[in-house]
Amino acid sequence: MVHSAASGPRTLFDKVFDQHVVTAREDGQCLLFIDRHLLHEGSFHAFDKLKARGARIARPDLTFGIEDHYVPTRTRDLGAIDPAIAKMIRQLRDNTAAHGLRLFDLNDPAQGIVHVVGPEQGLTLPGLTIVCGDSHTATHGAFGAIAFGIGASEVAHVLMTQTLWQKKPKRMRIRVEGQLALGVFAKDMALSIIAAIGADGAAGHAIEYAGSAVRALSMEGRLTLCNLSIEAGGRCGMIAPDETTFAYIKDRPYAPVGDEFQRSVDNWMALAGDPDAVFDREVVLDAAEIAPIVTWGISPEDAAPITANAPDPDRMSDPARAAHVREALDYMGIRAGQPLTEIAVDRVFIGSCTNSRIEDLRAAAAVLAGRKARVPGLVSPGSALVKRQAEEEGLHRIFMEAGLEWVDAGCSMCVGMNGDLVPPAERCASTTNRNFRGRQGPGSRTHLMSPAMAAAAAVTGHLTDMRPLLAGREIGLTGDR
Amino acid sequence: MEAFRILDAIACPLPLSGIDTDQLIPARFMKRSRADGYGDYLLHDLRFDESGQPKPDFPLNASRWAGARVLVTRRNFGSGSSREAAVYALVDYGFACVIAPSFGDIFASNAVNNGLLPATVSEEDCEALLAGLEDGDGTARVDLEACEIRAANLVIPFRVDPVWRTKLLNGWDDIDLTLSHAATIEAFQAKDSSARPWLVPSVRAS
Repeated sequence: MVHSAASGPRTLFDKVFDQHVVTAREDGQCLLFIDRHLLHEGSFHAFDKLKARGARIARPDLTFGIEDHYVPTRTRDLGAIDPAIAKMIRQLRDNTAAHGLRLFDLNDPAQGIVHVVGPEQGLTLPGLTIVCGDSHTATHGAFGAIAFGIGASEVAHVLMTQTLWQKKPKRMRIRVEGQLALGVFAKDMALSIIAAIGADGAAGHAIEYAGSAVRALSMEGRLTLCNLSIEAGGRCGMIAPDETTFAYIKDRPYAPVGDEFQRSVDNWMALAGDPDAVFDREVVLDAAEIAPIVTWGISPEDAAPITANAPDPDRMSDPARAAHVREALDYMGIRAGQPLTEIAVDRVFIGSCTNSRIEDLRAAAAVLAGRKARVPGLVSPGSALVKRQAEEEGLHRIFMEAGLEWVDAGCSMCVGMNGDLVPPAERCASTTNRNFRGRQGPGSRTHLMSPAMAAAAAVTGHLTDMRPLLAGREIGLTGDR
Repeated sequence: MEAFRILDAIACPLPLSGIDTDQLIPARFMKRSRADGYGDYLLHDLRFDESGQPKPDFPLNASRWAGARVLVTRRNFGSGSSREAAVYALVDYGFACVIAPSFGDIFASNAVNNGLLPATVSEEDCEALLAGLEDGDGTARVDLEACEIRAANLVIPFRVDPVWRTKLLNGWDDIDLTLSHAATIEAFQAKDSSARPWLVPSVRAS
């Protein structure tokens, strides 16, 4: 290797990073080799750049296209939707076809959200470098990969060279120790972390999640946790691969098979950080103290336990924070000090790369079974395969009997690009990742929460502590708790 | 890309924290080709009301800040989505520099790739600058050589990653630089494919 890796104990991040350094400059910039490049409809700017240079894709065998951001969820017929949106999808088809790329299109039995499909297909593996023009690419770090979102210029750079210039970020470890209480999920863990360190708390850092509560999470839970790294400002978040990881990967369509799988596992086992590796920053949370969380404001850091009240800006000492809180409460239409459980919602959305996997749907269904929703809602599974599995388990009937709409896979109402929008001034209980102003549609108001909490909000019509509703019911987690 | 050395321009204060990329450009406007320009979409839903009329109290709509090329704002600017269109909107509107106490990591690298300087200042200096621009003549000098901002009677240091600084000072594009390493990349791949034979996805499943 050209790069001389720093001697001494190394973190998981260091080991994966070092292995991908093609060349290192004196100023600290490293040219990193990229193992997986995932494209979606938004990648057209990068293809335009390629065209302008008359360039070809360096490694089409490591490059995959997935239709997700703009796809309709109530039909798969492009002729039946807004032509401007259909054009975005056709553009990706044309661009991927012109370069001979594998595309998971709308009609593919494995289509879905890029961050659900990658793991599901075995494209996401430990120790890889994975990039995508989407900030939630950190999701794939759940496998012990370095995975991060990039902009269009960087997408073009990877297409042309299969590399990216990166400077090693600082390393941050977030340990969550102990056991999560019943009805507390990875989403609550992630929002608690963000509330504790701030929406820019991990800026400039690569996060490693560790501790017994993280180890106890299923792959689905780990994916949710890593997914929200960017909402804490971290471009990537990762978890050391272990038996849970390997069991998930085995027999996935693109995963190594037979002896090669075993050799891979041996290799992946060695990726875990050295015990005495040093982090630039460490944060420790007690799992037992984490409660079901909802957001009340316009940044993911504006989060609190469901049992709390909205904050009062007049009682804050930091004027900049008070100004933000005032603005957030004003946008959200919430009174200072209002109990969060008093907040009525207009609709619910269960889906997105954060919370649309089978366990998420099971948790929501556990709350909804035999109950009616008081407000309309959309349930969009993360992929066609998740949809099929949910239907085999009968979950779709629970959603539909509750009065919710059961639709196809896509980014859907998380970002509204396909036209699945929350109307102006309406309030949505959402399992997504961003409660930004207008994120789910102009003037929309978003409260982030776990799927079980969103299901409970649907049942009661307001933000609700779902734990009593869950009492005595099976949640259907495959994780060890 | 144009080189950035010294910029003398109107500097618009935008005293908001956490302006995310969904605010910089709402998702519904991202279907346009870059050639058609993104400037009219910048901060669209904060700048315009439901009927498309400019909101009179939004700084960018005030005649005083017309033609601004520097934006001064509060912490965590450009957080959220990786959409480079957020940078296109700023650049196409005319901005060449954003000054804030912190930036979203992806936004900042997108900015540099488009010649837009993300200049990091302390919270205190940011507040002083916001006030100084309101009270003074509203212009600033951003000196990338010296990493220094002069506005009103203030002289404020700013931080920018040294690698990014060099890139901006020279107007460099990464791709040409990387292509000069083609042989090294080739050698890396040859060696790597024997070390990690499972790297290339083996099933071309349909």
